[in-house]
Amino acid sequence: MVDRNPYGADPTGTFFNRVQTFEVGEFPNTQTVHFPKSCLHCEDPPCVPVCPTGASYKRPEDGIVLVDYDKCIGCEYCSWACPYGAREIDEQQKVMKKCTLCVDRLYDESLPQAERKPVCVLSCPTSARIYGDIHDPESEASRAINAAGGYQLMPEWGTEPANHYLPRRKVNIAVHEEDLQRVDNPLRKEDRGQRAPTTRTTLDDSTSW
Amino acid sequence: MKPAFSVIFLTTFIGAGQGLFLAYYSAEWLVMLELLQPASGDYSVLAAGISFLLMVAGLVASFFHLGHPERAWRAAAMWRTSWLSREVIALPATMATVLAYFVLRYSAIDFQILTLGRIPVSLSTLVGFVALIAILVLFVCTAMIYASLKFLRQWHSPLTVLNFFLMGTASGFTLATVLAVATAAGPFGYFSAMAIFLTLAALVSRWSSLSRNRNLRSPSTLQSAIGVHHPTIRQMAQGAMGGSFNTRAFMHSYGPGVVRLARRFFLIGGFVLPVLLLFFSNADSLLICTVALLLQFLGLLTERWYFFIEAEHPQNVYYQMIS
Repeated sequence: MVDRNPYGADPTGTFFNRVQTFEVGEFPNTQTVHFPKSCLHCEDPPCVPVCPTGASYKRPEDGIVLVDYDKCIGCEYCSWACPYGAREIDEQQKVMKKCTLCVDRLYDESLPQAERKPVCVLSCPTSARIYGDIHDPESEASRAINAAGGYQLMPEWGTEPANHYLPRRKVNIAVHEEDLQRVDNPLRKEDRGQRAPTTRTTLDDSTSW
Repeated sequence: MKPAFSVIFLTTFIGAGQGLFLAYYSAEWLVMLELLQPASGDYSVLAAGISFLLMVAGLVASFFHLGHPERAWRAAAMWRTSWLSREVIALPATMATVLAYFVLRYSAIDFQILTLGRIPVSLSTLVGFVALIAILVLFVCTAMIYASLKFLRQWHSPLTVLNFFLMGTASGFTLATVLAVATAAGPFGYFSAMAIFLTLAALVSRWSSLSRNRNLRSPSTLQSAIGVHHPTIRQMAQGAMGGSFNTRAFMHSYGPGVVRLARRFFLIGGFVLPVLLLFFSNADSLLICTVALLLQFLGLLTERWYFFIEAEHPQNVYYQMIS
């Protein structure tokens, strides 16, 4: 995870996770879509079979797609094979890197059970990210996908990403006049003839510094 | 895709080396079958040596592509699934058999090993046959590295394999023609006729893939990429103001004028002009044949460069606007 020329004229970096922003619709009827993008841990990851050394692998026990940094020769072939652009070369270590789903946290028994989750899930301030086993229909993730109609990215390639995205919820807010203007607004009571006229000389006007 | 220069040199060099061996080995068989006049002197030593050196040059170039060249041996591990791994096995195997052929011919420890009908077959011819098979396998492995990537629609076609084979053999036969002229040994007529034929075949094949790719559209759209099915989506931010690996590795910064010029150059310089030059050359015109070879080699390097430029990676839809 390094950047190149971070404070120079042409900075460029490596990202496990990026949040992109899209504007959907025609002005003025537009909505902003924030779109986090990381490795999707495909069920059928196209980056794995192309790896000539076996450094890229999908763990049979939990399906996490990882890179063995000691075996990777840095040929970048897997990055050509990933349609999502999830894999990036580490310019210093010269090996392929990608989102690991924080695999080091998931099985760390020194952490409390509730914290054995990827950091992006734990740190999201609005709990927009959900972590769970999508093969377990009772997991939090599976339930959210089933309830809200979660979908996969670029389904046309048949990669079957494990990471699903939940569709935007339609939120209709009924705005009433009294929500904007309180009926019992104390300021309004003060307004009634008690506010000082603005034409009167103030302290600033009468003082010279 | 951004052109990877080490890969451009690798594929062009080994293609010419493979083609050169095929040229001389096929001539050897034609002489044995009495379809060609036997040449004065054993020129196959030189041809096998140059073929081997071209493959060495390609191998050296390929190492510059790797982040960890010292671990390159590991790349032979996954031959069951990876075409790159298969190439990593096929290239040294081809080089070894071509070298064995060269050593047998050079040291003259050759002997007759069997007879086919009434044709005596020597050990070196048998080793050469193994090299021939290895060369054909290597052509397929090299091209399938690109043709097997189904997301890169411009590469994912049998035409890619055909192109790699035809361009490699065309340049190999052109090189064989130059060697035949330079050494005044070897069947000039056969080599130049085959060079003309293979170059024209490569032109037709490459032209077909160019016209196929012209109207190719990726099935991935911004809608499928982010899963929002609205006709109007505009990217507002790509997650980083500066570039990233995603903008460095999958996009090129060459203007459409340069790309168009390169396409014209490789079509004319790599195919049309060499054919014309070879057509009007004879067994004494060393200069014309050498110019044809150099033009074709530059043209094929440009072609391989264009091959990368042509390929559109689906991940690029995520990186259309910085902010």
